[in-house]
Amino acid sequence: MSLGKDLDKAKVNMAEGPGSPPAPPDVMIQVKDLAYIYGKGHPGETTGLAGVSLEIRRGEYVAVAGPNGSGKSTLARHFNALLLPSGGQVLVDGLDTSLPENVWEIRRRVGMVFQNPDNQIVSTLVEEDVAFGAENLGVPPPEVRERVEEALALTGLTGFRQHAPHLLSGGQKQRLALAGVLAMRPSCLVLDEPGAMLDPAGRRELLETLQRLNRTRGVTVIHITQLMEDAARAGRIIVMSAGKIALDGTPAEVFARAGQIEELGLDLPAPAEINRGLKRRGFIMPGVPLTASDLVQMIKMINKHT
Amino acid sequence: MSPIIRVENLTHIYSAGTPFEVAPLDRISLEIKKGEFYAIVGATGSGKSTLVQHFNGLLTPATGRVWACGVDIADKKARRGLWRKVGLVFQHPEQQFFEETVFEDVAFGPRNMGLSKDEVRKRVIWALKQVGLDPELAERQSPFQLSGGNMRRAAIAGVLALKPEVLVLDEPTAGLDPRGRRQLLDHIENYRREHHSTIVLVTHNMEEVAARAQRVAVLHEGRLALQGTPREIFKRAGELRAMGLDIPVPAELMRQLRGAGIPVRAGVLTNNEAEEEIARVIGGEAGTRRVE
Repeated sequence: MSLGKDLDKAKVNMAEGPGSPPAPPDVMIQVKDLAYIYGKGHPGETTGLAGVSLEIRRGEYVAVAGPNGSGKSTLARHFNALLLPSGGQVLVDGLDTSLPENVWEIRRRVGMVFQNPDNQIVSTLVEEDVAFGAENLGVPPPEVRERVEEALALTGLTGFRQHAPHLLSGGQKQRLALAGVLAMRPSCLVLDEPGAMLDPAGRRELLETLQRLNRTRGVTVIHITQLMEDAARAGRIIVMSAGKIALDGTPAEVFARAGQIEELGLDLPAPAEINRGLKRRGFIMPGVPLTASDLVQMIKMINKHT
Repeated sequence: MSPIIRVENLTHIYSAGTPFEVAPLDRISLEIKKGEFYAIVGATGSGKSTLVQHFNGLLTPATGRVWACGVDIADKKARRGLWRKVGLVFQHPEQQFFEETVFEDVAFGPRNMGLSKDEVRKRVIWALKQVGLDPELAERQSPFQLSGGNMRRAAIAGVLALKPEVLVLDEPTAGLDPRGRRQLLDHIENYRREHHSTIVLVTHNMEEVAARAQRVAVLHEGRLALQGTPREIFKRAGELRAMGLDIPVPAELMRQLRGAGIPVRAGVLTNNEAEEEIARVIGGEAGTRRVE
């Protein structure tokens, strides 16, 4: 059973109007000249986003990085119509987020997971918590049960179905929040710093779960993170700065721009930073290692030749 | 030198009597020295937050004893003044604000200490600057308008304004960008050096522990599982992983290199140390020569 299967059935109202040709069917999210102003018209108005255009294809795993206040969360909240554009347009599966009649369908297709797992728990029993969102969509009970089973299995929580959520570990709670979203069968997941409050094991579990969902189920993952090691695991990284896109490319491409990354107040993943130091010392290092094992491979090669 | 925090055989039980009874703390004994940068790590639910809430008497021991700044925290009378000596910054600062402006919020503590108006103002400005916030802006801004990172900074300023002898920070850098994390820890480190204060840092970030802490305690299921310098602790990768923790990436890199037959030494914790060690092993003399 595929998480995206409902998409084929759903009618896709392509956005109409001059200057907005329908998005190709493999585009999950299309953002055109998006601007967002906080407190528009009030004395303290501030720019959240200042002209962002991008396309995220179905099945991509995209990390969004950038300093605090650069617009990462503001951007992500446009992906399921939690925020609406002050200017420009956001299309989710071809659905214009600014049309009220699309909001329900958009939220069904794009599920969000936030930083603090404690704020996302609604029930006193794990399986009820997972069922909550799907029930609210009006899914018939037998199918809800089926979806809950599947979501628990996908997040590795099957053994915990009868547990009280507040007694789970941080990583388990975050996977519970994820399971609740998965039971709604979204085709796209948006996670806003889901690992920020987790211990190392919890972070690792969550990351592995996201990668599995992406690979085996084709779920589009948009992962906002301040942790460069986590961003390095994505297929693509978008770096935000002052409400705009500063860099957009594969992790190797993005982290090859070490100077710019540093200026933005970000870091390289440790292996890339160590590699950079070795280069400065005159070693010829081929490429940008993103993980410890990447760097080990590179060093093994060099070591053979010296 | 006598310890500034002394914990002796501390046990704390909560949800007592329910089927889920857990003992977040089980016979913990430790000492934190005056002026030390001390880290506490452990998986979620290992008891870190419970432990540090005993340091200023927010929680009192079920059994065992805790002394902070020479005060037995079971002593109700003596405990009363402890809040200004042991400053505690919690995990979710957004839940601690209540004043209309950031400035007023930071001023709350020092005002309650009975300081003069001038002195309160001086302290607030100093504390805001310490954490990298603009005092002028703080007089106009509501704390609820702040970004997550700046909320964290404001909460820390509120506690710094008390000039506590011990500053306890529960996950202060979670959600901050890399530069923000570094700057905040620099501010905290400066405060420690200038005021000979003690820092207790609760964190999930092993790189921070490696770079900053002098000693580290590892909690596991309410017990003190390990204690030592970061170099001692991070040699025990297997044990740490079994407890839901990890070792810093440079240390992991060294482990993998040794596994691949490259004879780098153990005990490397930071990027710089790793770079140096790899250069030494693969480059010999040439490796240490800088090519400009």
